[in-house]
Amino acid sequence: MFPFSFEWVWDLGHLVFHGALWYALSILGIGLAYCILKAAWQTARGEEEGHGHP
Amino acid sequence: MDQPKNKRYGMVIDLDKCTGCGACMVACMAENNIPFRDDDTDKLLSVSWMHVYRLSNGKPFPHAEECFLPRPCQHCEGEHGHSPCVSVCPATATDYDMHTGIVSQIYTRCFGCRYCMAACPYHVRQFNWWDPVWPEGMERALNPDVSVRMRGVVEKCSFCYSRYQTALNRAYLEGRRELSEEEYQTACTQACPAGAIVFGDLNNPAHRVHQIVKPDLAHGGRPRNPKVFRLLERLGTHPKVYYLTRRDWVRRAGDNEIQKT
Amino acid sequence: MDSALIPKGVERCPLGRFLVFIAVVGAVLLWGVVAMFLIYIKGLNQTNMNNAYGFALWIWADLAVIALGGGAFFTGLLRYIIGKDELKNIINYAVLIGFVCYSSALLILAIDVGQPLRAWFIFWHANVHSMLTEVAFCLTCYFIVLTIEYVPLMLENRQLQRVTFFRHLAHNMHGIMAVFAATGAFLSFFHQGSLGGVSGVLYGRPFGFRSGIGIWPWTFFLYTWSAAACGPCFTILVTRITEMATRKKLVKDNVIDLLAKIAGWMLLTYITAKIVDTVYWAAVTAPAMGFTLLDFYTNNPGSAYGLWILIAEVGICGVLPALMLVSASVRRNPRLLFLAVLLAVLGACLNRWVMILQMQAVPVLPFEKWFTYLPSWQEIATTILPVAYGIILIAFSYRYLPIFPQEPELNPLPEGGR
Repeated sequence: MFPFSFEWVWDLGHLVFHGALWYALSILGIGLAYCILKAAWQTARGEEEGHGHP
Repeated sequence: MDQPKNKRYGMVIDLDKCTGCGACMVACMAENNIPFRDDDTDKLLSVSWMHVYRLSNGKPFPHAEECFLPRPCQHCEGEHGHSPCVSVCPATATDYDMHTGIVSQIYTRCFGCRYCMAACPYHVRQFNWWDPVWPEGMERALNPDVSVRMRGVVEKCSFCYSRYQTALNRAYLEGRRELSEEEYQTACTQACPAGAIVFGDLNNPAHRVHQIVKPDLAHGGRPRNPKVFRLLERLGTHPKVYYLTRRDWVRRAGDNEIQKT
Repeated sequence: MDSALIPKGVERCPLGRFLVFIAVVGAVLLWGVVAMFLIYIKGLNQTNMNNAYGFALWIWADLAVIALGGGAFFTGLLRYIIGKDELKNIINYAVLIGFVCYSSALLILAIDVGQPLRAWFIFWHANVHSMLTEVAFCLTCYFIVLTIEYVPLMLENRQLQRVTFFRHLAHNMHGIMAVFAATGAFLSFFHQGSLGGVSGVLYGRPFGFRSGIGIWPWTFFLYTWSAAACGPCFTILVTRITEMATRKKLVKDNVIDLLAKIAGWMLLTYITAKIVDTVYWAAVTAPAMGFTLLDFYTNNPGSAYGLWILIAEVGICGVLPALMLVSASVRRNPRLLFLAVLLAVLGACLNRWVMILQMQAVPVLPFEKWFTYLPSWQEIATTILPVAYGIILIAFSYRYLPIFPQEPELNPLPEGGR
C-alpha cells in the first residue's frame, strides 16, 4: 500500500493502481472535509437556512 | 566471485518405475513437518504436499493396467513467472522466484483467502483447516529447519526449500556460489526406493533432469523427449514437474483431449 | 412512545408490534452471530469447504450481494450524472439497500478468511496484479461512499435535524452529492468488474477462464454490466416487498417504470453480450484448453450442473426478464413486473453461483471426478445473518427516516394526524 513496504516496486502497475486509489480517496476526503468544515463555519456564524435537499 | 546463473529447478518422475509405495509422501511429511490428524481419511481435508494418484486404463482383464502418479507442486512458470496461483494472491504471500524457479509460500503472510487454491488446477495447494497437533513427544522429532504452519493458511510443496538454503549456506562458507547436482535434492527424490524421481536444474545440461527432459526453454520448457509429458500441457501453466513413461495411455491421461470423431 | 422520532406526515405501526418484529428477525440474527463466533473460535473446519472447494457459499454470497447492491451506484449515476430527476424518489432506498449489501459483503469476507486478524494484509501487502486486491480496495472505498450517501439521510431524522450543525452538514453533503456519486460509479465499475475477473483470469480453470482485452477478461465487463442491469431490479424488488410489508404505496409508478425500463434495456444488452461470450467460450476458448462445452455440463453427480443451469441462467432468468422489462405493457402490470425483476435477480445470483461453485466442481485433471459440496449449517447461518441484519436496518431506517419522499403524498394522513 505504501512505498516503504518491501514488496513495493516502482512499476506501471503500482503507479496506476495506487494512483487511482489515492485519487479516489482524496476526492472523498476533500469532499467530506469541505462539507464538515463548511457546516462548522455556518454553525459558528449562526447561519440559518432551510433543511434537507437543495 | 561470479554471480550465479538463474536456475530452473524441476523434477522428472518415471511413472514406469513408480510402484505407488508412498515412501515419497512419508518422506515429505517428515521433512516438512506436515500436520496430520487422528482420522485423516478425508483426503480433501488433509494436507499432503506430495500426493500419489492411482490411474487405471479402464480396460478389463487381461488388458487392465494401473499407474501411480506422484504429484508434488508443479512449480508452474506460466508466462514469465505468471503462474496461476502467484498472480492471484492479494497479499503477495506467494512468489515465483526467478533465480530458482520455485513457487514459494509465506505462511505468516497468508491470511487464508484461498484464492490460490481456486486458481490451481492440480490441487497442490492445501488449507490448514485445523491447528497442527503432534502426538506426545513427536514435537521433538520435528525438522527444526522448517516452520510449522498455523490453522487458516494455505501451504504446498516448496521443493524442500530449506534444503536449498542449507546447501547454499554450506557452499557460501566454502567460498562457492554454485551448487552441485547432488548438494540439493528433495526428500521425495532421496526416499524413492525405485529411483523414479530425478531432481535438478533444468537449465543445466549437466544435470540428469535436463538430459532426460531435453526442455525446449524457448517454448515454456516443453519436453523434447517424446516419452516425457506434463500435466495439463494445454493450459499453458508450464509446470516444471515432468513425467516419463513408455505407455501411451498414461501420457494421454495427463491432458484433456477433444476426441475427434 | 417513539412518535417524536417518526418523520412528519407519515404513519408507523405501534412500537410494540415493531419491537416484536425486530425480536423475531433479531433471533435469526443471533443464530448467525453464534455461528460466526463458532467459526472465529474453532476455525474454518466448521464449514464444509475442502481443499478442492476453497471458495464456496460465502464467496457466492459476496458476489451476489455486491451485484444486487449495484442498484445504488447505477441509480446514483442515472440521478446525479445523467440527470434522470424522477429517480430522486427512489435514490434514498437504493442507497440504503446498497449500504446493506456492501456492509454484508464486508462482514462475510471478514468471516471467510482463515486468519481474520491478518485481513489487513490485503491492503498493507497489496499485490496490485490480483483481482481480489482490487475488489478489496474498491469495495472498502465504495462502502465509504455509500456511508457518505447514507449519513445525510440519517441526519434527516426529526430529532437530529434540530441540531444546527447536522442540518448544515446534511445540506452541504446533498449539495456535492454528484461528486460522491461520480466517485462511487468509478469505484463500482472497477470492483464489479474485478469480481468478474476473479474467475475470468484463472487460466488453470477452463470453466471460468475467459479471454479479454489487456489485463481484463470479458467477465470483467459482463459483471459490471450485469450489476448495472440487475442491481436496479433488486432495488425495485425490495421496494415492492417493502410496500407489501407496510401495506402502503411508497414510490409512484412512473418512477418504478423508468427504472425498470432502463434496467430492462441494460439487461437485454447484457444478456446479448453474455450469449456472445458463452458461444465464443464454448467454441474457441475452452476447446483450446482441451474441453468441450458438454464436458462442463455432463457426467456430474445427480446432474447438479446439467445444461439446465445454463438454460435457466441465460434463458429463463436472462432473456425472458429482459424482454419482459422492455415491454411497456408488462411494466404496467404489477405482478408481471414483480416476476420480471425477481427473475433478473435470480439470474444474477445464478450467474455468480455458476462462476464460483461450478468452476471448482468441474474436474480439470483428466483422472479426477466432479467435486461436490453442500454448505454446513454454520455457513448457512452466517449467510442468512446479513439478510437479518439488512431487514433490521431497513426497518429502523423506514421507521425513523424519511426514506421515501413520496410517502406522505401517496398516503395522506386522516384529519388530526401528526
